[in-house]
Amino acid sequence: MDFASFLIQTLNSLQYGLLLFLVASGLTLVFGIMGIINLAHGSFYMIGAYLAFVLASSTGSLFSAILLGIPLALLFGAFLEWALFAHLYKRDHLEQVLLTYGLILVFEEVRSLLVGDEVHGVEIPAMFGGSIPLTEVLNYPVYRLVISAVCIVLAIALYLVIQRTRLGMMIRAGNHDRTMVEALGININMIYRVVFALGVALAALAGMLASPISSVFPNMGNHVLIISFVIVVIGGIGSVWGALAAALIVGFADTFGKVLLPELSGMVVYLVMAAVLLWRPEGIFKKG
Amino acid sequence: MTYKINALGKLILGVALATAGLAAQAAPEGKVKIGFMLPYTGTYAALGNAITNGFKQYVAENGGKLAGREIEYYTVDDESDPAKATENANKLVKRDKVDVLVGTVHSGVALAMAKVARENKTLLIVPNAGADEITGPLCAANVFRSSFSAWQPAYAMGQVVAQKGMKKVVTVTWKYSFGLQSVEGFKEAFEKGGGKVVKDMTLPFPNVEFQPFLTEIAALKPDAVFVFFAGAGAAKFVKDYTAAGLKNSIPLYGPGFLTDGNLDAMGEAGKGVQTTLHYADGLDNKKDSAFRLGYVKAYKMQPDVYAVQGYDAAQLYQAGLSAAAGDAAKQDVVIKGMEAARIDSPRGAFTLSRAHNPVQDIYLREVQGGQNKVLSTAVKALADPARGCKI
Repeated sequence: MDFASFLIQTLNSLQYGLLLFLVASGLTLVFGIMGIINLAHGSFYMIGAYLAFVLASSTGSLFSAILLGIPLALLFGAFLEWALFAHLYKRDHLEQVLLTYGLILVFEEVRSLLVGDEVHGVEIPAMFGGSIPLTEVLNYPVYRLVISAVCIVLAIALYLVIQRTRLGMMIRAGNHDRTMVEALGININMIYRVVFALGVALAALAGMLASPISSVFPNMGNHVLIISFVIVVIGGIGSVWGALAAALIVGFADTFGKVLLPELSGMVVYLVMAAVLLWRPEGIFKKG
Repeated sequence: MTYKINALGKLILGVALATAGLAAQAAPEGKVKIGFMLPYTGTYAALGNAITNGFKQYVAENGGKLAGREIEYYTVDDESDPAKATENANKLVKRDKVDVLVGTVHSGVALAMAKVARENKTLLIVPNAGADEITGPLCAANVFRSSFSAWQPAYAMGQVVAQKGMKKVVTVTWKYSFGLQSVEGFKEAFEKGGGKVVKDMTLPFPNVEFQPFLTEIAALKPDAVFVFFAGAGAAKFVKDYTAAGLKNSIPLYGPGFLTDGNLDAMGEAGKGVQTTLHYADGLDNKKDSAFRLGYVKAYKMQPDVYAVQGYDAAQLYQAGLSAAAGDAAKQDVVIKGMEAARIDSPRGAFTLSRAHNPVQDIYLREVQGGQNKVLSTAVKALADPARGCKI
């Protein structure tokens, strides 16, 4: 591999990893703070993409679709937490798995009834439609750079919210000791609702951002869900920083695996996960 | 009170049973039973419906009959699930005792159906699934296909690309049997024509992160790229390929599944992509025009290659049934009739090979104005080699 290809593959890895981070950060927050194994998290990615398709075709632009889509996703997340997930905190993981697996089936069926099973496309906004020439034959689409930029901004925003705000302080406290936080008079249920809605919105946003480059199709969340769980496990459950580091590791492993070890390309990510777990059984960023 | 209701209940039950018995007896023994085992839910639902519509259209054109016999349909949704395939096929074969099984789309399910058909000596017509094995190592006297084998369109594309004078090609596909069989078919014709496949790239199904491969293709600078993808993955690949600017310098080729049923999702990116298949838009033949008109009238939508394959499954069975003068029980004669048939299909007339796969023209198509327009006939009367078939 020459140096130029190496740089371009690095760019590919970063973009893929950052997009995965968006999905995985919500999964790890909900898992780490609320203790919920949410198999339906990939469906939120799918729902986001379909929202982008439906809203973009009625409003005519992906920007307005995303602006409308985020509050809708937040509301949807808050509603789901209130209606279903709030009843799961004290249940064991098996019951959470059953409910959230059931939700995948329900979401897919409703999606099929409302929008059908066809494959759809979403137009890239005109101002990001161009591409930058990298080599004599290869261009890099501007839109992929935009996705990476948005993901970086969101990662920073997430850091500021969790480390520097009062809400973030309560979230962190809730992560450590739920009972103590309640005893201090903090409304832990409200915090859980916010965290869950945030997780749903992050996954849906990832789906919306990815819709123009990945197309919009049934079951599109399944693969993303599995990779997101790998990221959560590598990064350490509940750690947003772990999720970022692990998403980038997975992005690099997958991209370079495909090029350098094509025979093993389907397994590289899982081999990396096994290696990390041998080294740190709790994941990279899990403390104590 | 309870006693009365029970008595009444018994009475109603008795009457119901009696009428049910009468109904069963009253049903004319004369009806030929067709068993559809197709996907009616899930990702392939549209394909299952198109096949059913096509089949029923042909029957309707014949006054609701095949070879003068009334038709009765039995239907099972196979859900494209190989795990349920044997049980579903047995429902139609053993419970409903159908005269012919028609199915299906998913190759894994079709392979299980072929097994059930062989064990029970039930006639099977496969109206889509292209796994080479069905008319290859697993071929049987009572198993027919009205569609294609994976090998056929890919082989035709290999010839086309070699004839264009291209020498160095890279292939990309999902690592599952249909994709690998397509790449094999392409390679066979292309390397026979003097070209060389310099790299085979594969990724696990249904992964759609293609960006690293595009970078790799740009580094290798082949004369052309041959890909097998279908559905959503195909739309994404073509979009990514175009966005990376590769389409202008390295032309993209594939079997028709690359651009069938997803042109809307591809949008502008698909323009100019050339594919090979046994059907195309704008075929200049009377049968196709009549078929398309009839289909639009009956179902208020445009037919596709799947509807054609369903339509031809009905034509094929009609040919066999006519040979046996309408007696579905004379399976030997029905089979002989089907083997000898020349089907006047909307895709152009075809006959069957020794292994019961269509010997058909494969067209070279190009995406123009949201359609797969025919450019030329890539290979005339292409027969599947049916390697491993022993009939």
